[in-house]
Amino acid sequence: MNYLEFEKPLAEIEGKAEELRAMARSNKGMDVDKEAAGLDRKAQSLLGDLYKNLTPWQKCQVARHPDRPHCKDYIDALFTEYTPLAGDRNFADDHAIMGGLARLNDRPVMVIGHEKGHDTQSRIERNFGMARPEGYRKAIRLMNLADRFGVPVVTLIDTPGAYPGKGAEERGQSEAIARSTEQCLRLGVPLVSVVIGEGGSGGAVAFATANRVAMLEHSIYSVISPEGCASILWKDAEKMKEAAEALRLTAQDLHKLGVIDRIIAESVGGAQRDRVSTMRSVGLCIDDILKQLAPMSRKDLVRDRRAKFLNMGQAGLAA
Amino acid sequence: MNWISNYVRPKINSLFSRREVPENLWTKCPECGTMLFHRELAENLNVCTNCDHHMAISARDRLRTLFDNGVFAEVEVPQPIQDPLNFRDQKKYPERLKSAQRETGEKEAMLVAEGEIGRTPVVAAVQDFGFMGGSMSMYVGNAIIAAAERAVKRKRPLILFSAAGGARMQEGILSLMQMPRTTIAVDMLKEAGLPYIVVLTHPTTGGVTASYAMLGDVQIAEPNALICFAGPRVIEQTIREKLPEGFQRAEYLLDHGMLDRVTHRKHLKDELVTIVRMLLGLSPAVKGDLPAPELTPAALPASTPDAAEGK
Repeated sequence: MNYLEFEKPLAEIEGKAEELRAMARSNKGMDVDKEAAGLDRKAQSLLGDLYKNLTPWQKCQVARHPDRPHCKDYIDALFTEYTPLAGDRNFADDHAIMGGLARLNDRPVMVIGHEKGHDTQSRIERNFGMARPEGYRKAIRLMNLADRFGVPVVTLIDTPGAYPGKGAEERGQSEAIARSTEQCLRLGVPLVSVVIGEGGSGGAVAFATANRVAMLEHSIYSVISPEGCASILWKDAEKMKEAAEALRLTAQDLHKLGVIDRIIAESVGGAQRDRVSTMRSVGLCIDDILKQLAPMSRKDLVRDRRAKFLNMGQAGLAA
Repeated sequence: MNWISNYVRPKINSLFSRREVPENLWTKCPECGTMLFHRELAENLNVCTNCDHHMAISARDRLRTLFDNGVFAEVEVPQPIQDPLNFRDQKKYPERLKSAQRETGEKEAMLVAEGEIGRTPVVAAVQDFGFMGGSMSMYVGNAIIAAAERAVKRKRPLILFSAAGGARMQEGILSLMQMPRTTIAVDMLKEAGLPYIVVLTHPTTGGVTASYAMLGDVQIAEPNALICFAGPRVIEQTIREKLPEGFQRAEYLLDHGMLDRVTHRKHLKDELVTIVRMLLGLSPAVKGDLPAPELTPAALPASTPDAAEGK
């Protein structure tokens, strides 16, 4: 288990419980059950307290937690017959973006998402979930394919942002993002997006210009990372806590602002502590939204998406 | 004390101080260091007469120099809610807005206008880098939507001049949401079969480049304009290597196939007229100074729009 900074007191208690149990295992006849169970209860209640009122900065840390389920985990858990489709037909296949045909409860869908990787090797291969222009162009191609065959599109958002690299710029990163957003808006099939971790700026919006956008309870979605914002507006990257606060990047604030449609609850202690049930909740949410959108005509789906974004920003947060 | 200090010096001093001397009479070209007289610089559209460096030009001056005889009508932009996030960094957001308004004399970072260029009716939207770095706010999004709607309603092309440091961070996610919103505006023009021409000026970066500024039917940039998504500093920090000369500048993008043209500011208007008229199937424009339009409608032999267009 990877503990976050604010989870340190929890780490101590759980560590003690683990120690006790280890001792009992090596010394037969030693009875620690009662004591260990007491520590477990204490840990559980502390966990509840910690996660009840996470600050925006703590939410950023949870959203980036390495043990949170990532795109690949969701695809493995929720979809069947996943058939990856690769390449942008121009330059390369971007491994930061997963995508392909799959079934969700037997219904064919096109699933596309950012994959961050889970260890050093896979993280490097996935470029930490930061897409290059090829990734957006692959997504455009897959969305277009889905559109022509009436297959709904599901996108899973989890990226620090677009990759700030030399080649990415030379190959038209900006244009690729703009076209991907444009493709989202033109789809005559339902488009559902779920922010499962980090929704980083243009790299996220290029896939999340959807009919319905849902966010996991402890995920974030922002125009800029708190660190980036702090270094620009506070001239001090260490002010990321203040920036995280000011940016209103939590699912709860974004729901109030009318930017997202649903919040998917995570179990106590976050998705990283109960991956299976979190993934199940995400699956149920996607399924429910797809059912809701199913009766809509192609025209209505485009109109619905346009109206949603054109009307956005009418509601502010009360002081 | 002699007559020089008593008489001549005051006389000389008064000679020089008599006229109200406006400040910033001279501008130093940041590229070549030439001192440029303000009138000369304005006449040359804020381009250095020595080295052709394109300096910033205010949104309003851009409109004045774009439209025939500097005549245009502003298009009203719906006002969004102010400070939706109650944002505060070292300063409160409304204070930053107010000081930008004081400095520029403008309401926000984009102006929308309609008028004629080379007797060709167009709608133009100009982003003002002087106003909080031209950053993309809800107002800017509304301005682009208003510009597109007006263009569609009047069946006119839209010419957009971009200039921005990126998103308006003080509007957080709602700034980001202007990417899809402005993309919808561009789609409205495409559906209506109207040309959408983007002129990218220095600098155009971030979410602005990654939405409406890269979706033009024709993409023109001013010389040496910085055009990018991630800025050169961020990239250098990430990849830890020196970037090539001219990286992310207009000419570099042209070489990499990201732009149609890089055009000197003094040729820009003619070029826009030429392109727009060809796309609209109109006759070639009459080059050179046109006589002022007749004021009395009776003086016009035919008052149909087609005749006026020379069809």
